[in-house]
Amino acid sequence: MANLLEIAGRETLSQLDYVGSLNIQLWATLRGMRAALPLVGNRHRWRAAVHQMLEIGVDALPMVALMAVCSGFILAMQGASELRRFGALHYVIDLVAVGFTRELGPLLTAIAVSGRSGSAFAAEIGTMKVTEEIDALKVMAFEPVEFVLAPKYLAALVAVPCLSIVAAFFGILAGGLFMFFSTHLGLLLYLRYVLTSIELRDVVAAMIKSLAFATIIAHVGCLEGLRVRGGPDAVGRSTTSAVVRSTFLVIVADAIFTTIFYFVGKA
Amino acid sequence: MSIISVRDLAVEYDGRRVLDGLNLDIEPGQITVLLGGSGSGKSTLLRQILGLEHPKSGSVSIKGTDITRCSQADLNKVRRSLGVAFQSAALFNSLSLEDNVALTLREHTALAPSIIDLIVWMKLAVVGLADFGKLHPQELSGGMKKRAAVARALAMDPEILVLDEPSAGLDPIVAAELDELILFLKGTFQITALVVTHELDSAFRIADRIAMLFDGRLLAVGTKDEIRANQHPRVRQFLDRVPGSPVHMPALASYLERYVQSKEAKP
Ligand SMILES: Nc1ncnc2c1ncn2[C@@H]1O[C@H](COP(=O)(O)OP(=O)(O)OP(=O)(O)O)[C@@H](O)[C@H]1O
Ligand SMILES: [Mg+2]
Repeated sequence: MANLLEIAGRETLSQLDYVGSLNIQLWATLRGMRAALPLVGNRHRWRAAVHQMLEIGVDALPMVALMAVCSGFILAMQGASELRRFGALHYVIDLVAVGFTRELGPLLTAIAVSGRSGSAFAAEIGTMKVTEEIDALKVMAFEPVEFVLAPKYLAALVAVPCLSIVAAFFGILAGGLFMFFSTHLGLLLYLRYVLTSIELRDVVAAMIKSLAFATIIAHVGCLEGLRVRGGPDAVGRSTTSAVVRSTFLVIVADAIFTTIFYFVGKA
Repeated sequence: MSIISVRDLAVEYDGRRVLDGLNLDIEPGQITVLLGGSGSGKSTLLRQILGLEHPKSGSVSIKGTDITRCSQADLNKVRRSLGVAFQSAALFNSLSLEDNVALTLREHTALAPSIIDLIVWMKLAVVGLADFGKLHPQELSGGMKKRAAVARALAMDPEILVLDEPSAGLDPIVAAELDELILFLKGTFQITALVVTHELDSAFRIADRIAMLFDGRLLAVGTKDEIRANQHPRVRQFLDRVPGSPVHMPALASYLERYVQSKEAKP
């Protein structure tokens, strides 16, 4: 029993330690991010950030779109099979529209990006650590935080919200196709219903969420990379734990945000 | 006044003493060669001098700045006068050779791109890699990487050159050329160099002063002649290439005996 407590205590402490190091790195990077901004910052960092944006955003587009289309069909069909019994099939439109804008768009995107880019960040930075490239940067009087991390953060903060919008769009489109084939509802009419059911509040909530998810993914990926000690096996482990940890934290953050928005919305 | 001075430096890894109260002064315009067995802590000492790790105790001053206690900005100022080639080369794998050499020039100076191209070409030519500028580090042999690392170290015409085993893995001709290059830089630009090497011929060719590291301390520091005349058994052993003392054989025998006994005792 005491042993169990001890294990639980040690685990908790190590998790707290992890969150603590997340915080320290976050502030350092946010300060470094100025250098990656266009015009006011360093043009080399900005160019690296654009490159990253294309890698995170454009390359993930087909995958995110496909995931959103599939989930859109799933949500519409599952919803329809229940709602049909109450003769409330038209609520499927609300379900898909609001569900994708507020919830599934940002969440699906975050999960896809954490698998693709979070792991890539950890692998890239971890490898640079192992091959002493990070040390080489330091002795060349560069700040690794500004040089390597800041462009990735900026890129994630731009690409993830954009991808979320794309995901929501495709998910809603899939819902429209389902409605068209099951009830012969015209696509244009469907889109009009969708637009009346989405409120500005939903869009704002989605943007806040996806910015938070982007921060988590970039942050955990980079931190896992920086924590690599040793050889190539450590890089492999850090890549795995970047995906696992960021997916976990994204879902926890989602739960927290949804709760907050729920109560704020009621008030 | 010495340009680098190391005072009572102690370094521990996981409680294991690697450097133990080490003192070293390096005079400007001189070539200091650091000799010592594999694992004796030469790279560790260099990492301290580059400010990459914090010592357990003691201090390192470069050009009058105590880099173990100064601010990040001061440290970066000191680092701009250093040119470093790591033991593992530590080239940036995502950049071509040219870009590796050009990186600091592009970011720390306001030189025109055409001038930078010219400088890069010259630095690569000096180490015999002028035709390989477009290649990436993965496409180079081990010795070519070493030379490229030296070219990158020279990029900013540093005041102090720090080379960790630059000639390991080079053929005798190229290694001799590298020695001449270091001597030329000293003669022409009064560069200060700290060079780690295992090649005794090369050490005695280039050194103004030789420092012998053993067991975390400097056994002997002096001019070539002083080191040649040194009678310390460890120094003699190193210089005369005597294999390790046979006292290790009985230790091995007793270890094996104990191992066999423990195996016999088990069943
Ligand atoms: N990051 C580290 N963690 C733990 N121990 C380390 C670390 N780096 C070096 N050491 C230890 O410090 C000692 C000195 O290592 P160092 O790399 O300085 O040797 P060296 O003199 O450069 O050897 P070589 O000539 O083979 O390059 C070794 O015993 C090594 O095990
Ligand atoms: Mg070494």
